[in-house]
Amino acid sequence: MGGNATTPAMAATRDGYGNALLKIGSDTNIVVLDAGVSDSTRTNKFAEKWPERFFNMGISEGDMVCTAAGLAKCGKTAFATSFICFLLGRSMDQILVSVAYSDSNVKIIGTHAGLAIGEDGPTAQAIGDVSYMRAMPNFIVICPADVVEAEKATLAVAKRKGPAYLRLGRPAVKTIYDDSYKFEIGKASVVAEGNDAAIIASGIMVQESMAAAEILRKEGVNVRVINMSTIKPLDRKAVAEAAKTGAIVTAEDHNIYGGLGSAVAEVIAEEGLNVKFGMMGVKDRFAESDTQKVLFKKYGLDAEAIAAAVRKAVVAKK
Amino acid sequence: MADATTVAKLKEKAKQLRIESVKLVYQAGSGHPGGSLSAADIMAALFYHHMKYDPKRPDWPSRDRFILSKGHCTPLLYSVFADVGYFPKEELATYRRLGRLTGHPNPKLPGVEIATGSLGQGLSVGHGMALAGKLDKKDFYVYVLLGDGELNEGQVWEAAMSAAQYKSDHLIALVDNNKVAQDNLTANLKNIEPVDKKFEAFGWQTFRINGHDIAAIIDALAAAKKIRGKPVIIVADTIKGKGVSYMEGKPDWHGKAPNEELFRKAMEELEKGG
Repeated sequence: MGGNATTPAMAATRDGYGNALLKIGSDTNIVVLDAGVSDSTRTNKFAEKWPERFFNMGISEGDMVCTAAGLAKCGKTAFATSFICFLLGRSMDQILVSVAYSDSNVKIIGTHAGLAIGEDGPTAQAIGDVSYMRAMPNFIVICPADVVEAEKATLAVAKRKGPAYLRLGRPAVKTIYDDSYKFEIGKASVVAEGNDAAIIASGIMVQESMAAAEILRKEGVNVRVINMSTIKPLDRKAVAEAAKTGAIVTAEDHNIYGGLGSAVAEVIAEEGLNVKFGMMGVKDRFAESDTQKVLFKKYGLDAEAIAAAVRKAVVAKK
Repeated sequence: MADATTVAKLKEKAKQLRIESVKLVYQAGSGHPGGSLSAADIMAALFYHHMKYDPKRPDWPSRDRFILSKGHCTPLLYSVFADVGYFPKEELATYRRLGRLTGHPNPKLPGVEIATGSLGQGLSVGHGMALAGKLDKKDFYVYVLLGDGELNEGQVWEAAMSAAQYKSDHLIALVDNNKVAQDNLTANLKNIEPVDKKFEAFGWQTFRINGHDIAAIIDALAAAKKIRGKPVIIVADTIKGKGVSYMEGKPDWHGKAPNEELFRKAMEELEKGG
């Protein structure tokens, strides 16, 4: 699967967002806001086509979020977009009061997730956002894995009234879905089959996990890879099914505290699932500047590191 | 110009709103009397004279919008809302108790457009509403009531830049400039003066009036509604705790309830006051 006449073999999830805005942009209730980084977030395509419904607020994320809430309270579906670090870092209170508590129809769209942004360093590497947004009542949290899913997730949150957070990435990643993929909010998607262990991943780590599964397959270990793109509400059934393999490893380009791994751990504990468990992610520390490849290797996010964690879990269950 | 009958009617309304506000704080045992008393004349001029709204149809698309950006002043807001019929007067008994009359407003209560209570957000939200009005070619006005202490929040100035950039008329901000914050005089914190000149420099049309002069308030609002091509701010100089002698100008009465003796004294003074 992945990549065909209409979907590129490699693309960034932020591109999927930009594409989706072009598909729904003719609807006059759609408004898009950006905080001065529209070329990077891909809202520029919408801006060219419907400038009267595009609001570039400059570098003032809190003002942008509340302006979006005001537009939403007058019947608009508002997309407030910027880099995750600044969008969430600067507007946590605005998102809480004017969007979450007010139940405004605002989509918070963050791009440039995690260590994957590489060279710009820790001030631009968002590693806490999933944690913040999971604790925001009324919000759903989605981290798509590829350009196809990002586009479909954008369309899905546009259709669903209420607050939503999309976590998108900067680098081009392998496309794993084709147009026939049916994205559903709250539903995990199995991208590789296997019953010896399961990797539950989100975003860019889905591709890394698929590569890890390939490494392990050569060793005779068959690993299921689950794309848990909706982190809230979590697909608890998919976690329970994964637990039947006896070993679960989570993988996310995010702090191991408060993100996907924590969400899966909560289900395991609450349901009393009997399973060996490991969490792969950023181990509660700041990284540094370098290429994504170098950072993923050093900070334990690459396919090799995930494969090692799965081996450990598989040994432990015996 | 404001006519004498209208002014007399609104003065009486403001008096009743002050009495009701202090009653609510006393009954709840907590709340914010100071900033409710200072803004009563402004609220009377808005809700009983200038604003176009229908409590029977809180979602009426063409209604004027009002945002209480200084969200702690719910004693005043709920006194107005109960009186104009957004909810039954008996519900005031639940102020700051389980239900819709939360300490700071939330949109589950008809008439509340957006939650406030964390200062600094209302002007941006109001600007978003003004932008939506322009997109939809509607003629409603958006009124945002800010506190002077609130102007220390940087976001207010972000919104000031945005609204000027988008030449957003139909956005009318009012500052209840009562000079007193929670633990100090605003002049001793980050002095916001000359606040009208600052907004002017940011590209706003500004008015500066006595916020307890009903005629001045309604005339300023009438003039503000006629401005096109830029946002408008009315700086209303007021007295925090206005009408209750022991509260006037005292940070101490920003956010606490009077005891029984002081409550009686407040009622006496407010009943006598005009």
